[in-house]
Formats: sequence, C-alpha cells, structure tokens
Amino acid sequence: MKKTQYSWHDAAFSGLTRVFAFLVFSLLAAILFSLIYGSQETLSKYGLSFLWTNEWDPVQAEFGALVPILGTLLTSVVALVIAIPVSFGIAIFLTELAPGWLKRPVGTAIEMLAAIPSIIYGMWGLFVFVPFFQEYVQPSLINALSPIPVIGWMFSGAPFGIGIFTAGLILAIMVIPFIAAVMRDVFELVPALLKESAYGLGSSTWEVMWKVVLPYTRSGVIGGVMLGLGRALGETMAVTFVIGNAFRMPGSFFAPGNSIASALANEFNEAAGMQKSALIELGLILFLITTVVLALAKMMLLRMEKAEGTKT
Amino acid sequence: MLKRSLVKLSAALTLSALSFASQAVDITGAGATFPFPIYAKWAADYKAASGNAVNYQSIGSGGGVQQITAKTVDFGATDDPMSGEQLDKIGLMQFPAVIGGTVAVVNVEGVKPGQLKLTGPVLADIYLGKVKTWNDPAIQSINADLKLPATQIIVVHRSDGSGTTFGWTNYLSKVSADWKAKVGEGKAVKWPAGQGGKGNEGVAAYVKQLKNSIGYVEFAYAKQNGLAWTQLTNKDGKSVQPEQKSFAAAAANAKWDSVPGMGVVLTEQPGADSWPVTSATFILLYKDQAKPENGKAAVAFFDWAFSKGAASAAALDYVPLPTAVTDQIRSNWKANLTAGGKPLLN
Repeated sequence: MKKTQYSWHDAAFSGLTRVFAFLVFSLLAAILFSLIYGSQETLSKYGLSFLWTNEWDPVQAEFGALVPILGTLLTSVVALVIAIPVSFGIAIFLTELAPGWLKRPVGTAIEMLAAIPSIIYGMWGLFVFVPFFQEYVQPSLINALSPIPVIGWMFSGAPFGIGIFTAGLILAIMVIPFIAAVMRDVFELVPALLKESAYGLGSSTWEVMWKVVLPYTRSGVIGGVMLGLGRALGETMAVTFVIGNAFRMPGSFFAPGNSIASALANEFNEAAGMQKSALIELGLILFLITTVVLALAKMMLLRMEKAEGTKT
Repeated sequence: MLKRSLVKLSAALTLSALSFASQAVDITGAGATFPFPIYAKWAADYKAASGNAVNYQSIGSGGGVQQITAKTVDFGATDDPMSGEQLDKIGLMQFPAVIGGTVAVVNVEGVKPGQLKLTGPVLADIYLGKVKTWNDPAIQSINADLKLPATQIIVVHRSDGSGTTFGWTNYLSKVSADWKAKVGEGKAVKWPAGQGGKGNEGVAAYVKQLKNSIGYVEFAYAKQNGLAWTQLTNKDGKSVQPEQKSFAAAAANAKWDSVPGMGVVLTEQPGADSWPVTSATFILLYKDQAKPENGKAAVAFFDWAFSKGAASAAALDYVPLPTAVTDQIRSNWKANLTAGGKPLLN
C-alpha cells in the first residue's frame, strides 16, 4: 500500500476506533467483575444452591433466587407467546394485505408504540388494564379454564388483576412493536419473484407466507424475537407496577410473583449486608441469563444457516 | 517589612474565612424517604428566614446511615432507630425529628373512612393469611353495624424496604405472638400473604384499584387518595381514629428516656387516646464535630424546626414533637455535642 502524507491520520483513526470498540469489552468485563465482587457474601454462603432456593427472608437473612428467576422467565414466555403471533399477523397485514394508503399510518403507529417509555405502560397497566381485567375478564377466565384437568391449575386462584399473566401481557404489548417492525422489514426483503411464482402456482396468501416468506426470512424473524425477548427479560418499571412483587412461588399464572429486575428496583434502596449481596447476585444472574439467551440465539442462527447451505 | 505584611495578609485571610463561614453555611443531610416532604418544606422556610441552605437527599434510611458513617453528609436520617451500641461504636448521637402515623386502609364496598374497626391480632391474622374473607367472624363480630361481603381479602404490602414497613411489622410483632414467630419485624420481611406495591403511592394505588383489598400507608397518603382508613384498638383497649390528636398522644405517652439515643419505636404505646401504629423518624449527628460550623448549622436548623416548624408539619399530616421531647433534645445537644473536645454549643 502506498504511504501518503496522511498515513498517521489513518493510523490514529484506526487506533481510536479500536479503543472505542475495546471500551465496550472492558465495560462488560468491569460490570461482570463488580457484580461478582458485590455478591461475594451470598456467593460464598450459598454457592449454586442460591439458584434453586425458594426463600427470601430479609429478617432472618436467608435468600434464594428461585422465585425471581422463575418470574422473569415466566413473564417473558407469556409475553412471547402472545407477542409472536400478533406481530406475525401485523407484519403479514402490512406487507401483503394492507392497501397502500393504510400501510404508512399503521406502520408509524406501531413504531410509535416502541417509543413510549416503559413506566407509561406500567401506569396504564395498573390504573386502566388491571381494574378492567380483574372485574370483567379474569373471573370468567378462571371459571372457564380452571376446571380443565392437567392445565387447570395454571389459571386457578382469586382474581387479583395483577400477577404473572398481567405482567406478561403488558410486556407483550411492549415487545410487539419491536418484533413486528423487524418482521415487516425482513418480509419486505423477500424478492417479489419468489412470492409471485408461488401465487402463480395457485398458493393462497397464507401458503405464501408460511411456506415461502417465513422460511426465506427465518433468521431475521428469530433475530426480531430475540430482540423482543431481551427487552422482556430486563424490563423493570412496567413489570414492577403489575406483577404483584411477592416473593412466593406463584401457584398459577394469575398469582402475584416477582421478577429479578423488579426485585432489584424494589429492595435495593434500603438493603444492606446480606440482602444487598443477594440483590447484586440477582443482577449477576440476570446478566448471565440475557447473555446465555443471546448466545443461544446466535448459535441457533448459525446452525440454521449451515443447514440451509447444505440443502441447496 | 515583608514579614509584617505577610502576618497582615494571613490575618486578613483568616478573618475573611471566618466571616465567610459565619455568613452562610450550607449543610447536607441524607436518608429516610418518609420525612422528605417535611424536611424539604422546613429547609425552604428556613432558607427564607435565615439565608442558610439545607440540602436533604431522600435516599432511604439505610443510605442515610451509610452516608453519615462515611462522613459525606452533615446529618443522617433514619426511620429505623439505631441501637445505643451502634451509635456509640460510630460516635453518633440520635434524636427524633418528627412523628407520623401509619394507617390500615381498605377498599370494601360501602365502607367509609373511619368506619371499619380492627384490632391488632385480627390485623395480624389478615396479614398472615389466616383470616381470608371480609365476613370472617373475627372481623364481623367487632363490626356489627356493617354488612361485610363474603369475598376474599386481597392483602397489599410494601414491596420496597421502608421505615413504614418497619413500624407496621413492629406493631404486628407486638400484638401477635404468631406474627413475631413466623415473620418478625424489619424494613422488608418475608410476607406470608398478599402482593406488594412500590412506595406509599404504590400501596395506595393498589388499594384504590383492587376491590376487597387492605393495605397500610402513611396517613397523608390515605387522606390524599380518599382511601377508607380503619379504626384500631390500642394498648388500653380503646378503639381510636387515626388523627393528629391520637398520633400526638402516642408520642406524649412514650418513655423517651427508656432507650439510648431516644430510639423509641412508638408503636403500641399506652394511653387511652394513643394511635397504636405511630412512628418517629430520627436524625443522626456526630458527637464530635470535625466541622464545628456545619455542626452548629445543623443544630440551628432543627432548633428552628422545633420552634417554628410545627404548623407546616401539621399541614403535611406529620405530627410535631411534644415540647417536653424537644426540650429534652435541646439539653442532649448541649450535653453531648463537642468540637475538638470542647462543647459545641454554649
């Protein structure tokens, strides 16, 4: 390569960008280190059993993370179970079925949902959704679903309005715009040729979406879902408002529970000693859960790409 | 010549430093969230009256103790009084600053503020999850005039660690041996039943939204949110309403000298008028002040608050300390506070 009089500029620029890139790494490492450092007390007292101990008693200084871990995972699962089909529907409508004049306003409205701060969702959930749900929806849901054998227990209990299910539902509303926007964008990337060929062979819209568009965009769709899952796992304020904040094993989806993020938001202020250490370890667990989820998603994508590569 | 001018200069500098210090000392305090509204109001009024600023950060009682221990603030504030032993270890003195009342609030159709009567043991059984419905004989028998529904009681507690919860669980521990054995007292406890709202406002919102619920909040939040507070039976067996008078009675009837650092928990105090879940919030000062000017300014602020701040405290639904108690605090200041071995106040 020819050396110019500006070569030191290039070197400085490349050095600077490298510093920025490695800054992220060192930040990650520093966060991980300080989380481990802060949770020494509980790490050394409980070890791994912290993960499956169902106990949170600040008076006796006995702590375990099972309830918040379960609450975090359950609310996120509920959120995805609701959000994925709805987002899929939104994306199909926007890319295939909506008339041209409607695409833009609906698309913009969904993107605006993503811009609403989470505390607004929490307050809306508590002040508008919860009383409505408690009075009009939940009693009939409980009556209809709880007698079903095998799965009935999931929907039993008193109608509190707040609880795991409500938190999941609010989370679903929060992640739908993310998943729907990604799905719409990747669906639009499908070459018209592919779709038109399928239509030409007499496929219905559903068959085109399910058998042509979705396989073609699979990795992008999974990426969008993972983006939504990432938001759902770490969401704090909206969940704190409606989950019920109870450190007890939830007996059903309608029972109050707790999530890692909302436990931290609630108790950190007045915590000291063991409790503080336990809370920091909860933060460490959340950090690891999100890392593992993202890593799994990446691995899944890689494997799929490989499989697709061999197929063709 | 040079030497003389140097002496002059340093003298002038010392003088100006001194006069600067006595002009305005800005002091900082941090801690409990429960008294934040009144401390902020007092600070604003005090600034207008004296020109001295008091900066109070409501970071939580635990934070208040940590900050004063780390000497980053001039005074700490805590809802949960420190024991004499802890105080001596760090070299702190403690005194109460203001009093508040915690009330049980319910959302039951047809029940108006002050109508429902509850006793300590019944309240403990509700929070233990033993009394499950509103028409349970334990509740209905003491409320013959009310028609209570057969619905399940939704128990609401604080989800965050707080001085309010400390007072509440301390009260339940005093009135119920079962509660004391199974749950105990603390700023956060292992709740056997119910769900948690974040902050007084969170509990108030839950009780307001959820039918057939019961919760506990500072009296001001019950009033502002139009929630139905209940009567409670006190130590003397009288059913009392939560109000300024009954909170003040509990403070007046307490034996403040019985605990080092005046760290009396005001729950379940004797007296026919005493509200059983009253609590004081406390201020922490170093006995030996490294910065005498700041120490004096902090004392001056609370001295002013005790003599001039009663009306604004009452307006915000806090209860000012009885005069006997503030007199005691003033003499404690004189006896205990020093700067470099000499008394801070004279």
